[in-house]
Amino acid sequence: MTNSIGELEKDAKCIFVIGSNTTENHPVIGMKIKKNVLYNGAKLIVADPRRIDLASIADVYMPHLPGSDVALFNAMMNVIISEGLADENFIAEHTEGYEAMAEVVKKYTPEYAEPITGVPAEKIRQAARIYAESDAAAICYAMGITQHRNGTDNVKSACNLAMLTGNIGRPGTGVDPLRGQNNVQGACDMGGLPTVFTAYQAVTNDAAREKFEKAWGVPLPGHAGTVLTEVINKAHHGDVRALYVLGENPMMSDPDLEHVEEALEKIDFVVVQDIFMSETARFADVVLPGASFAEKDGTFSNTERRVQRVRKAVSPPGQARSDWEIICDLATRMGYPMSYANSEEIFEELRTLTPSYAGMTYQRMEGGGLQWPCPTEVHPGTPFLHKDGNFSRGLGAFTAIDHIDPGEMPDQEYPIRLSTGRSLYHYHTGTMTRRASALNEHVPAAELEINAGQAAEMGIKDGELVKISTRRGSLKMKAKVTDKIARGVAFTTFHFTETPANVLTSAEFLDPVAKIPEYKVSAARIDKLSAEEMTG
Amino acid sequence: MITLTINGREVQTPRGSTILEACQRNGISIPTLCYDPDLRLAGSCRMCVVEVKGRPLYAASCVTPAESNMIIETDSEGIVAARKVILELLAARHHFNCQVCEKNANCTFQDYCYQYGIKESRYEYGHGAIYEITDPNPFLERDYNKCIMCTRCVRACEEITVARAINVKNRGHEAKISTAFDGNLADSPCVFCGQCVMVCPTGALTSRVSAGMGRSYEVDKVLTTCTYCGTGCTFELNVKDDRVVGVTSDRTIVGSPVNKGALCVKGRFGWDFIHANDRLTTPLIKENGEFREASWDEALDLVAQRLGEIKTEHGPDSMAMFTSARVTNEENYLAQKFTRAVLGTNNVDHCARL
Amino acid sequence: MIEEKRIVLRNADNIDPEDIKDYLQAGGYRGLEKARSMRTIDLIEEVKKSGLRGRGGAAFNCGLKWSFVPPNRGATFVVCNLDEGEPGTYKDRTIVQKDPQTLLEGMAICAHAINSKQGYIYCRGEYPYVVELLNRAIGQAKEAGVLGDFDIEVRMGAGAYVCGEETALIESLEGHRGEPRFKPPFPGVEGLWGQPTVVNNVETFANLPEIVLNGGEWYAAIGAPNYTGTKVLTLTGDVKNRIFIEVPTTTTLREVVFGFGGGIKDDKKFKAVQVGGTSGGFIPEHLLDTQIDADSMRSIGATLGTGAVFVMDETRDIVDIVTRIAKFFEHESCGKCNPCREGTYRAYEIMKKINQGQAVAQDIDNLTVLGRVMEKACLCGLGQAAPSPTLTTLQHFYPEYQARLRAQ
Repeated sequence: MTNSIGELEKDAKCIFVIGSNTTENHPVIGMKIKKNVLYNGAKLIVADPRRIDLASIADVYMPHLPGSDVALFNAMMNVIISEGLADENFIAEHTEGYEAMAEVVKKYTPEYAEPITGVPAEKIRQAARIYAESDAAAICYAMGITQHRNGTDNVKSACNLAMLTGNIGRPGTGVDPLRGQNNVQGACDMGGLPTVFTAYQAVTNDAAREKFEKAWGVPLPGHAGTVLTEVINKAHHGDVRALYVLGENPMMSDPDLEHVEEALEKIDFVVVQDIFMSETARFADVVLPGASFAEKDGTFSNTERRVQRVRKAVSPPGQARSDWEIICDLATRMGYPMSYANSEEIFEELRTLTPSYAGMTYQRMEGGGLQWPCPTEVHPGTPFLHKDGNFSRGLGAFTAIDHIDPGEMPDQEYPIRLSTGRSLYHYHTGTMTRRASALNEHVPAAELEINAGQAAEMGIKDGELVKISTRRGSLKMKAKVTDKIARGVAFTTFHFTETPANVLTSAEFLDPVAKIPEYKVSAARIDKLSAEEMTG
Repeated sequence: MITLTINGREVQTPRGSTILEACQRNGISIPTLCYDPDLRLAGSCRMCVVEVKGRPLYAASCVTPAESNMIIETDSEGIVAARKVILELLAARHHFNCQVCEKNANCTFQDYCYQYGIKESRYEYGHGAIYEITDPNPFLERDYNKCIMCTRCVRACEEITVARAINVKNRGHEAKISTAFDGNLADSPCVFCGQCVMVCPTGALTSRVSAGMGRSYEVDKVLTTCTYCGTGCTFELNVKDDRVVGVTSDRTIVGSPVNKGALCVKGRFGWDFIHANDRLTTPLIKENGEFREASWDEALDLVAQRLGEIKTEHGPDSMAMFTSARVTNEENYLAQKFTRAVLGTNNVDHCARL
Repeated sequence: MIEEKRIVLRNADNIDPEDIKDYLQAGGYRGLEKARSMRTIDLIEEVKKSGLRGRGGAAFNCGLKWSFVPPNRGATFVVCNLDEGEPGTYKDRTIVQKDPQTLLEGMAICAHAINSKQGYIYCRGEYPYVVELLNRAIGQAKEAGVLGDFDIEVRMGAGAYVCGEETALIESLEGHRGEPRFKPPFPGVEGLWGQPTVVNNVETFANLPEIVLNGGEWYAAIGAPNYTGTKVLTLTGDVKNRIFIEVPTTTTLREVVFGFGGGIKDDKKFKAVQVGGTSGGFIPEHLLDTQIDADSMRSIGATLGTGAVFVMDETRDIVDIVTRIAKFFEHESCGKCNPCREGTYRAYEIMKKINQGQAVAQDIDNLTVLGRVMEKACLCGLGQAAPSPTLTTLQHFYPEYQARLRAQ
């Protein structure tokens, strides 16, 4: 997030939520948004193919079709430019690339976007005006924006919209990705990416690499590594021989599970370090028992870049050990001694190599954590980035972006756009929440959300077992017939190992930059089952 | 600042504060049941009444502005008598089964009964309404026989969670907290965040997941950060005998900068996976397609050996590490350090995309 | 013999209440015209000078109440309390039925004083015919153009006694549960929809046209100096003449009961009179020479309240009547504050026990302690006044209670 969670509760005068079912996936942020809208008079714009909870209190709700985000953003910008609502001073002083962007946007009149997005032109106009005329407008998005073949374009479109109206660098403004995992921000900050060391220092940058070589006392590779989704592809071709999986579950979370399974089977040696025998761990040659968050010390970095303490409350079960201890032990056995007395010693080392974390200490984090960048020990941390429109790269760059269709468009055989995601009561691959007794009792199985009108035409009743198929595979699950989802769209969750939704999704269409799979659009078909099939 | 006299002592408080705040600033304790600093004021429990010289009525200190030169008595004979009557009235409807109550020793109402010596109630003429405990949800227990109608749950639901699932139904002594048409919580807009449990001053709302697992005085509370989504809510793990038995909220801005005690259903009620029976407890090595238990030495030596061999045979870039958005910064740092410095490749990534 | 003095009822039975022309002919809306020629500050001053105090029960100085409305705080509202929920009271209904335009004129005068464009009349749910009458009256006033840009809407209550309390009334008007708010903030500062609001009783508003027209000093000269003017009273119970009257506030209770009321029916003996409605204190014979003004009433533990005068003859069973009253409050408590919700319930339980001859002396002690706490600790007037019948009868008619106690 460029800005802070707290600003969504009071500073933002308008919040544009797109591709985020906030009240289910970031419930506490959802609460703050609702509070701002209902009690502080903030305006709310919601764009989502499902009529999510927030839509019920939105000033404008746009049920746009999955994969039409760029067209929607462009159409809003078209309105803003043509009605003279753009922040010309901000554009002139703080940005570049406006002309090229404006040129592309020119053709995206709301009427042009209407058939692409499925949103009536007038609603797009209303939304654009509310957003542009607000004193401080924030954009919140999540995987509904990023999990597309053009996810990077979607994010850049959000940035375009924010810059076009000068909604950046002030409290209550900004472009706020709501990150889905407790420490996904930290994993990125810490260099858990194939291209960068900590704090996004490029591995290809000689100075950066030299710094780390000096600190770590070994020569380091200077070419970028392979991203996760492509590691799986490479494994298929026999180019990946060993895989060490630390607390991940690609056999549930990755697209096209059959493809993943084949890949894992081809890899010579798989190590999985986890707290449970996950779907992935079953493919391991060696399984190492790690510790849960309650059993170790350390820090997590949340979606607003706040680094907070994690504290050990109980001992790990049996012989299980903290993940950092296991890594140290293994490194030492491989001839590279790693020895730390505790997690704080590791943090002390990493902050010397991580400029944005340099000023943080465990001691300083006691008072509610610190938000990076925090370069020195007297720096108070940074609640919002790009203060007064001063971008870290100098000028904010507009990008000219055209709409492209999803990789798989619906056709006669597969007429539905299937989208996947999470529900309030479960989390990601379900490894934890399926074992949380109350959560699993409350919601024990996946459902397939189908538009009520469409279900009626197909003769499908609420709660009836149906078959959902894509070109990759098919699943049977209960239909949830609802008017909260647009016609032509279906939705299910990927929490349940009994109905692993990622047998349906495609690994074929990746975002060219982020390599994110297109989870939010798979061409699918829904079949009513015969009485025999239902019982069987 | 304004100056006023409380219990014969001249004290100061900022203009605009309530009498309660003036007392709190000056170390004078006032009992409260409906008051909650994070919620809209109700002024309804009347436990915080004080005497203000020159005013015929007692003033509820939580909602009465402190004024310059006020002369206030917080513990006069009349005030103590009033509080006793209020407690006795509540005691007459409250179902005391403290010996098995989850809130025992952590119950504001119990504390005040003790403090004011309420051994029995003069007003137990007949029983109040007897409510059945029927809501079938797995998260929280609603026992209206213990409810003292402070409405903190209603206000928390309305103002913190903004779910607006519950409100007061019926009037007078029949008033009770209820969903629309008094149905089950699961059929209401309730999202089972348990903010109501957090603010309840009695045993009327408690966690079913924690039930019977530990008394409040038996547990240590460890402040930590939630393991689920990226919001970064903080909470306290309640620990007894090296086991997590519950989650409670630290509501201070220092202890809970992001969420100020508010949690979602997963954070508050989704913690018992920690002690699931099928946790991995020992290293495992696969032999002939079956896992067998192994020692750390054996397992790690095997991993070191195999990774070493593959590195020699196929080069560092034939290896990859998936680090995790689940583990700590320190562990992510070490994971990429291990990949780069020990394996010698930049093939490290995690599920940020998935 | 003291005589009636009709100010609010000046037009009663002299004009056709359904025809605004009659009202105009009788000098109607000249008060408003004069008020509108005055600066608001002078208008409020004039009302203050009249000494007019609220006729709903709390007896707060009317002009002073208006002066609390802060200028420049956005929209302001004028709300008329026509909830008239006190058993035995029908004065507000009578005023409106006899002369609806005088209420509208009074509200419009207030609107000018606080710069309000919108008024509401909160009408008792049991008075649907009054709502119709008022709507016709408002229609005529609009047509005649006398209200200018001030609009009045009639809203109906739903039978909750507590909605006669001004903040509960506001909650109800907003569509919420009828529950009182704590004060401060008073409605004058933060009332309907959070905006400055003046809530006055029908009778209070109905006094205003004459006060403005004749001047505050004229009004102040009528009645008791600390509670000026007249009061409309409704006589019920065991009195010969069950009538409504409007009398100067210097009138004594004895004059009301034995003069206007003609004494006790069937020539029985007087036992007690309850003034002000259900929550009023019970007054015995020896206090009947007290003036009806609010302060004098208060000094004998009674309330003038809404002006209901309920007379009881020698055959009446005080304990039984108080038990019924306790039941009424148990039923009408809104349930918001502890001492009222639980207290009215337990008070009724104890009264039932006494009434059934099952109680012991300790029960009466418990009841007394409870009543004394409720009077001072309850959130709103309902709970504060609820113990009054019990406490005053325990004071003046204790032998009747004693006779009911169980032999120990």
